[in-house]
Formats: sequence, C-alpha cells, structure tokens
Amino acid sequence: MSQIFHKSFNTLSKASVVLGGLLAASAIAWLLGANRAPYISLINVPREQPVPFSHKHHVGGLGIDCRYCHTSVEESAQASIPSTKTCMTCHSQVWTNAAMLEPVRQSYQNDQSIPWLKVHDLPDFAYFNHSIHIAKGVGCQTCHGQVDEMPLMMRKNTLNMEWCLTCHRAPEKFLRPREEVFNMNWTLPKGQTQEQLGAELVEQYHVQKLTNCSTCHR
Amino acid sequence: MSEPTSSAVPVEVAQRLAGQSGRKYWKSLGELTHDADFSARLTEHVRREFPSQVEILADPVQRRTFLQLMGASLALAGISSCTRQPDEHILPYAKTPEALIPGRPLYFATAMPWASGAIGLLVESHMGRPTKIEGNPDHVASHGATDLFSQASVLDLYDPDRSTTTVRNGRGSTWDELVASLGPDLEAQKLKGGAGLRILSGTLNSPTLAAQLNEVLAMFPKARWVQCEPVNRDNQRLGALMSFAEDVAPRFDLSRAEVIVSLECDLLANGPESVRLARAWADRRRSAAGMNRMYAVESTPTGTGSLADHRLALAPSGIDRIARAIAQAVGVDVGAAGGAQLGGEEQSFVAALVKDLKAQAGKSLVVAGEPLSPQVHALVNAINVKLGNVGKTLHFAEPAAPVSVEQLASLKRLSEEMARREVEILVILEANPVYDAPADCEFVAAMQQVPLRVHFGTREDETGVLCHWHVPASHFLETWSDARAFDGSLSIVQPLIAPLYATKSAHEFVSLLAGKPGASGYDTLREAWKARMGAPADFEARWQRALHDGFLADSAVRTREVSLKKFDAGAASVTPTGELELALRPDPSLHDGRFANNGWLQEVPKPVSKLTWDNALYLSPQTAADLDVESGDVVEVTHAGRKLKVAVWVQPGQARGSATLHMGFGRTHAGKLGNGPGFNAFALRNSAMPWGGPATIARSGETYKLACAQEHHDMDAMGFERDLVRESTPAAFARGEYGAPHLHAKPAESAAGAGHGEKPGHAEGALITQYPAYKYEGYAWGMVIDLSTCVGCNACVVACQAENNIPIVGKEQVARGRELHWIRIDRYFTGAAHNPRVVFQPIVCMQCENAPCEVVCPVGATVHGPEGLNDMVYNRCIGTKYCSNNCPYKVRRFNFLLYSDFTTPSLKLQRNPDVSVRSRGVMEKCTYCVQRISQARIDAKREDRAIRDGDVVTACQQVCPAQAITFGDINDKNSVVHRQKALPHNYGLLTELNTAPRTTYLSRVSNPNADIPQVAGS
Repeated sequence: MSQIFHKSFNTLSKASVVLGGLLAASAIAWLLGANRAPYISLINVPREQPVPFSHKHHVGGLGIDCRYCHTSVEESAQASIPSTKTCMTCHSQVWTNAAMLEPVRQSYQNDQSIPWLKVHDLPDFAYFNHSIHIAKGVGCQTCHGQVDEMPLMMRKNTLNMEWCLTCHRAPEKFLRPREEVFNMNWTLPKGQTQEQLGAELVEQYHVQKLTNCSTCHR
Repeated sequence: MSEPTSSAVPVEVAQRLAGQSGRKYWKSLGELTHDADFSARLTEHVRREFPSQVEILADPVQRRTFLQLMGASLALAGISSCTRQPDEHILPYAKTPEALIPGRPLYFATAMPWASGAIGLLVESHMGRPTKIEGNPDHVASHGATDLFSQASVLDLYDPDRSTTTVRNGRGSTWDELVASLGPDLEAQKLKGGAGLRILSGTLNSPTLAAQLNEVLAMFPKARWVQCEPVNRDNQRLGALMSFAEDVAPRFDLSRAEVIVSLECDLLANGPESVRLARAWADRRRSAAGMNRMYAVESTPTGTGSLADHRLALAPSGIDRIARAIAQAVGVDVGAAGGAQLGGEEQSFVAALVKDLKAQAGKSLVVAGEPLSPQVHALVNAINVKLGNVGKTLHFAEPAAPVSVEQLASLKRLSEEMARREVEILVILEANPVYDAPADCEFVAAMQQVPLRVHFGTREDETGVLCHWHVPASHFLETWSDARAFDGSLSIVQPLIAPLYATKSAHEFVSLLAGKPGASGYDTLREAWKARMGAPADFEARWQRALHDGFLADSAVRTREVSLKKFDAGAASVTPTGELELALRPDPSLHDGRFANNGWLQEVPKPVSKLTWDNALYLSPQTAADLDVESGDVVEVTHAGRKLKVAVWVQPGQARGSATLHMGFGRTHAGKLGNGPGFNAFALRNSAMPWGGPATIARSGETYKLACAQEHHDMDAMGFERDLVRESTPAAFARGEYGAPHLHAKPAESAAGAGHGEKPGHAEGALITQYPAYKYEGYAWGMVIDLSTCVGCNACVVACQAENNIPIVGKEQVARGRELHWIRIDRYFTGAAHNPRVVFQPIVCMQCENAPCEVVCPVGATVHGPEGLNDMVYNRCIGTKYCSNNCPYKVRRFNFLLYSDFTTPSLKLQRNPDVSVRSRGVMEKCTYCVQRISQARIDAKREDRAIRDGDVVTACQQVCPAQAITFGDINDKNSVVHRQKALPHNYGLLTELNTAPRTTYLSRVSNPNADIPQVAGS
C-alpha cells in the first residue's frame, strides 16, 4: 500500500477513500431508483380531477368504447380529451342533478373548459403519436393499463424513454391484432404465444423497429 | 462608365477591386483585398468565424473561468434532472368546433392586402391559433408560394406592442365612448356637407371598403378621401396617362418573354407582386426549350439585378439616359430634347440589348421601376408598343386598386388645406403620415391645426400619438374583408382568429363614419358581395365556394386595348456636377416601415448587403474612396434643403455617384424592436422628387456600428481548388462544361452528392473513410437547390423561422455572429467591385452521410438517422459546440443566451406545436423539417403505403416563389429530386472532405449575350 498511499495517510483517510466511492455509487443508484419510483414516475398514484370521472364505471361498467370520447385517437397524435358536450350527450338525460357533475354543467353553460389534470404527461421534447400506434396494433391497455378497473385515472407505466424502447426494440412482444386494440380484456388466442403472434403481426402490419432519435424528438 | 483609379486606393487593391486579380468569388471587400497574404486571410477567417471569441481565445483567464463555470453548471444540471414533472392541465373544448381534430392543423384560405394587389394565402391553424402562412396554390398571385412579408405577417398578429384598446388623448377609452363622442361632430359636419372632413388612407384595394367610403362621401359630399402611401404608383400612372391618355396598369406575362429589360425595377424579389413573376421567370429559366435573357440597369443591387444575365450599375440619371437611348434605337419619337448621349460601355450595352430586343420583337419586355420619372414610364410604354409586346408579354388593364389617384400630390394638398385650417376632422385609416409623409409636406405642423384627429391603426404609432383618438385596428388575420389581386381577382380576407384585443376592422370603423356604428364586418362584406353578384338564388353556395377557395372565380378585370398617343418625353435628366444622386427606395425587408416592429424582418439579412437591424447609405467602393469614408462612418447627407446623419455602407455593385438609402427605419413609435434601428429616410424625402435626387455628403467624424451577417458562418474553402459556387452557360453546357473545372474529379467523390450523373446512395468504392458504411434501404432524404433561379428574396429564411420556432437574437448578438437562422443565403460577388455579378447560395444543413458533427458529440446529441438525417436531440445537448466547430458548412447554431421568448404570452401562440422550443445552451440546426417527414410517414403508414414523392415538402421549399428548392427521397428513382441529382451540373459543396452531403446544388446557369463582353474576372 505504501506505493499508493503516502505515509501521512492514517486508517481513517484510507477508509474514507473507499467509503467515498461507495457513497458516490449509492447516490447514483438512489437517483436512478428514484427516477423510477412512484414518487417521480407517479405509477399507481390516482390523481384527483375536477370531476371524479371513473373509467371503471364508464368503460368497465357501461362498456363505452374508448373512441366514443377519445375521438381523434385513430387519426391524430392526440387521443384528445372529450369536450364537455360529449359528457352532456348522456348527462343531459341521466344524473342531471348530481352534485359531482356541477362543474360539467357549469362548463357547458359558460362555454369554459374543464381543467383536467394531465395523467399521462410526456416531456415536451418527446412527440408521441397515438394514431400510428393504434394502426400498428398497440392496444390501449398495453400502455395505459387496465383502465376499465380504475375509478380514478392513474399511470401504470413510467413513460420513461427506457420503457418506450422496450417495445420499439421488440414490438413483437406487445402487439395484438388491430381489431383488438380497444379491447380491454383481450387475451392471447389459445395455443398461440405472444412471440408467434407478434412476429406474424410485425410482418403483416409492416412494423418497423424505429429507434432513431428523430422518431420521437425534434 | 470609365474605370476609376482613385489616389486613395493602392494600385494593387484597385486591381483586385477591378476584378483583375484575387479570388474569383468573394463575400466582402475585405476578403477581396486581403487575398494576397494568406496568413492575413487566415486571421481574417478566424475573426470572421468567431467575431466575439477572438479575445476569449487569446485570454487564458477568461478561458479558465469559462471551464470552471461549465464544470459547475454540468454538476447542477445533473441534479436538476431528478425532479418530478410539474403538473399540467388539459383544457378541452366545451363544444368542439366542426371539422376540428385536436392535434391536427386546419388550413383556411385568406389573402394579405397589398397596394399593388393582394396575395392569396393558406394559413395553418392549430386549435384556432394561426401559426404558419403558406401560399394558396390556386390563387393567381401566389401559385402556392409567398413573399417574405406575408410569411412574417403572422408575427405581426402576435406582436406584444400592438395597441389593444381605444385611446383618447393618451388615456384608455372605449369604442362606445368614441361612438358617443364622434356622433355630434359628424352631425355638425353633415350640415356643412362635410366641408371640414378629410379621410386619409393608404392605397385601398378592398372594393367593399372603397364602396363604404364612397357611401360616406355621399353623405358628406364636400368631404375628401385622400389615399397616400410612400410606395405608390404615381409615376407609372402619370406615364400611362402620357402615353395612352388613360390610367392603366401593366400586367406582365414573363412566361412569354424571351428578353426582359428591367430598369431600376426589382421585378423578381419585391413583395407579394413578385411571387408570380419570379415563378414565371424561373420556369423559363429551367425550360429546356431555351432560357430567357434578362438585362438589368439599376443603381443599387437587388435580387433582380443579381439574377440578370447582364447588369449595368448606373445612377438614376444614367438609367434615364439608357431608357431614352433604347427608345430612340427602337424608333420611338423622343422629341427634340428627349435623346441622350451615352458613354462607351453604356453604348455597347445598349446596342447589344436593342439588337436582342428587336430580334425578339413581340417576345420581349421592358419594365420601368416606379422611381423612374413619368416620362421614362411613358417611353417604356412606347417601347413595348413599338416592339409589339403589348398583348403578348404585357397587357394593360385598370389598376387593381378600386380608386386610383395621384397620391403624393393629394397628400401635399391635404397638408396645405390643414395648414390653412380648412380641415376640422381628420380621420386617418391605417396610414402613418407623421412618419412617412415627405418632409416638405410639413405634415405634423399642418395636422396640429386640425381640431379633431382620429387615428385608426394596428399600433399607436407616430401618427397615433399625435391624434386625439386612437382606435386599434384588427390584423388582417382577424378581419373579414376583401381585396383585389394584381389582375383584379376578388380575394377574400378571412379571419383565422377572433380579434385578440378590443380591435375593430376597417369596415367596422368606416361604418361608424357612415352612421352605422354597430355593423359587423362580416355582414358588411357579405352584403356587398351579394349585391355585387346580383343577389343570385344560389348565393350561399357561391359564397361558401369563394370562402373555401379564397377568391371568386373568374373575377379578374379584363385587359384592354391601348393606343399610343403622342407625348412630350421632356429632356434627359442631367447628372448634377459635384453632387451625388440620392436614391430613396423601399427597404427589401421592412418595405416602407410598416414591418419595423417585426423581429423576423428586422433580423433577416438584406439580400445583397446582408445588413441586419439597420439601413445605411449605400455607396460604391469608388465613391466611398473619393469621399474617403468607409462602412460604419457617419456622414451628413443634404438633399432638397434637408439634412440627415446616416451611416455609410460600402456596397459593391452600387452605381458610382449614387447613394441609396432605404426607407422604413428610424421609427420612434413602432414598438420595442422597431424604435431606434437605422435612419429615417423620410426626413430627406421631398414630394417634388420622392425617389431622391441631387445630394451632397459631408463626413461627420462619427462612427456607427452596423451588424452585417455577410461574413458569418463562412465556409473555409481555403486550400481547396474548387469553388463553392459554380457557374455555366448554355453554350458551355453544350461543350460539356457544367461549372468550375473539377480539378480533383474522382469517380465517387461523394455518395449522394456531386454530380455528373453519379448514382445517389452510398456508392461502393468511395474515398477511404473511417465512418460506418451506412446503408440506406428505405427512404434517403435529399435536397437540390438550383442556383440559377434563387432570387435571394429571403422568403425561405423567414418561412423556416416560422416553421421551426427559431427566435431572433437582436442586433448586438448578430454582430457577434450568433444569429440563429437555420437557412442562410450566402451571397457571393464575382468580378469587379464596381459591378460584380452576384450569386445567391442558400445553405441549409447538408445532412452529410459522413457527418463530421456526429462523431465529435460527447453525449450523442447529434446522431445519424437511418434515412440519412443528422438528427438533433435537443434534450441531450449540453452545449459543448464541438459539432459546430467541426461542421465544414457552418450550419449549426448555438443558443448562447435564452433567445426564445418563454414569457410573452402572445408570442407563444405563434409557435409550431410540432417543434421543440429550444432553450439556452442548446445547439440547433436545419432538420429538413423532420416534423413534416414524421407526419408524412405516419400518414403513409396508416394507409399502408410508401411516402409518395411530394408528400414531404420542407418549409423553405414550399415558400420559394421560384421553386429553386427540390426535396424528396433520392432512393426513389422516379422522384424529382432523384432526377435533379442526376443532372450533369449537380454538385456538392466541399466534397473533397468526403462528407457526402445530401444537399447539393445545380450550377448557376446564365444566358449571356455574346455581344457584350463578360465582366472582368468571370
């Protein structure tokens, strides 16, 4: 050790070299972990909204199709949050006096938007497009989770780039037939594995593994 | 003009100035004269590339401080990334408008009103915000392209300095108060028949507004409506009255012209009217059937002169002489005193030109610019009649404006009336005479004699602050109106957004004068159209059709036959001895100053001088030497008894003995950006000679800092023997010479790149390289820019800025070489400094296949895409600037400061939601509009097809009036860009470096007349 440490180094200073390294390593590990922890990623954290809209009730209970409200999901980058008018197509007939729907009625009467909290919020430098994912057989449930069981909307995935790339690098692990995209309870047909089906769909839908930066960043 | 050798210039330098030695292509006089000493050039080059960093590099302390700060900021930046994303809200519509798909833009047809004829536009709207302006492909004045003014007009809409509320005597007021207050005054005028009422407007080209004003005049029969704007067609009008005894305006058809002579006229690069002309001209330039030929005689270099096959730089009086000589030569009766004596060079020029004109009689065209005298306009009309061009290359018809008057004369009369206190109410409609009236009108003093002054305009400008009332006007993108195009086609001005502030449209304001203060602009317009169409049963369908198209089909004004009358051509103007000729001209970027607060237009480098944020007095190198002044010296100009201190800019190509000053600068109430820059040319203007005349210049000893971008981002071609610019002619083409000789022509000097029919794609057997051999199996994006047709109009620069959220940086930052334009137009001179030929070369990112920028990025913020794009990942960039240092084309731009405005709410509305807004410390560059490629790819894949040629149009390509830019997939054998890359005169820049650029150029091909000796040095 004398070649490395000068005589004047005592045990404490020698130990501190090792401990310092450990400390730095654990700090990095902590940061990496924190970035994936629910505190940062908000996974499984139900978010409070101006109106406690329940997907569990509307999708799971009543069986309304995703596209009834998220009208532009097949043709635009944004799935779009429905206008108040969409809410009122039903709620001018049912639950017309419910107190929890007061903000909806106010919005409709005053022509003012309801300020929904954005649950799935990508950074502004990432450009995600719903329509192309729908067209290539990525199910709603694949990214958004079991929405039909969520009383209040929450994230089920980190939406980190690392997470995006798991599919962009190996789409066959996640794809389903186009006609099953909006099915919340889709399961693999009997006797087929996801890899088999996925590989077929990748071929059939001409799915590319786009992992270059400008696919999402511009 | 004889070749001067002033004693102030050393012989060697004089030789270089005369183009007899030195570099073939040069950007600035400094570059031209420093040439002999290589080391001086090297220093000069470093100075040019890093104007602000020379001291930093030389000063070790600063460098160390810089590294310390960078280390600290790196550590801090790392910590800041571990935060939770702030909560954001989504605000959906309460009731979604019809046809709107959130996330996808809608396009609406509208038109930008303009004195010489409106231009039809398609405006991109994102969730109700107009963000980007494109040309309307079906509109007669646009053909899908636009000029830079219409491109930049969207920024004016969101200008935070626009006036937002009615102002009465400097205090906030309301429209209702105005209505209540103005009522009794108007009633009082009614009793007098309106004898004390005057309405002043710019050139109106809205038929509905003109009809409304006529309605007002019918109520006030003794009132008068004065139209005046600084750039008008007074001389053209008087010329037509002289030659044809009727007020007709010419309409040019360049598609049929074999020979074009442009006299002091920026035919191809001057506002909306040039868009269609540039297109027709460029189509003939590309045509295999034979190129047209263009001659230009002008005092100050313009885009048109730069494109001309032959250009003669003459002071305005010289151009007068040339016009007379041409007239005489083609047999026009110029009268006893009307002839002109020419010098040697002029004589041979005119002789060759006239021979060409006569040979192409009926297929030629002579065009006179507005600054020339009415006599010259009349002579030019006569020349065109004599040559049999009328009815072929030009037609005459009623002017586009519904009411045509002699503008400056009527403004002068108004001033006199006001000074005599005959005017009791002055209503000013979107005009700014306090700033732009000729100085001899003494407009301010006269106006202050008027007891009630009402100003209606988009901002409280110089005129607005001196009026009792200021009423804010809506921008044309907030207005229902109509306008006539150059040929009279009725175009609809349709609002893209409800007025952002409490503003009114001109129709609503004039309705107030007509006693109908509540009338809406929409109703007024619709009723007027209904009446004009004769209230047909299917009006609604036809109205909807016109709204959709942006214009009413078949509404052009018919051309009419004209017959030449005998007229007195007067005498040729004489060059004043011992004096210079001052030329006052509209600014290529700000026009008459109405765009002074538009940052995009202030910062775009002027086509030839490359000045930004200022105007200056352009002097030729010889004149400057004679006066012993140089660029940046302040001189005092005396013209028509008025004096103005103005900075000098030595401009190669400026006519000797002339001095040009552009209008539109030196404003005091334009807004934060427009106040201050430059010198107010209107302070010198005289209504008797509105376009200038004799002037004297005296040195003041002061200096002024000008921010010129001409040497910024300079490509280092030193040590390479091939020119960055290549030129050819049809004759040379026939011999197989397509540009500069290829001294090191190697079989596969570039993969996608340089010409001679090489196959695009990564060629086998290329120069040895350590770069990975990328295979481009899918799309391979590439661009070709045709140097033959680029008119240097800057529309692409501004279009790119609008599309890609590129901020402005300000004069001080431009002076440090930090402007952010992703596309720059390099302007090269070649030949003698007194009359060089100019070549424009737009430079975008070359998207190199072997990209030097990518390999030096330590964080992978710029990486190679599978389709050949050099992707830029802003969120990874830590600002080392290595990529920019390593880029041989100097296309990378760095955000040295926080240039993007993150705070002003109105400016955020303009941003393109498909492109990141970059922050400080981030490198950026042209991406070939990757957002448009992505959208096209997604659209194609959803339909399970390939992207078709033409699906992806870059912003610069879309806006180009001359269609000089082609973009597409070079792997697609049927694409236009593939065919262009295979042309023999396709070449890449600096391909010796084996960068394999995806952007390539077509040599500038000009069509010179063999009878005229080529400019020395070319």
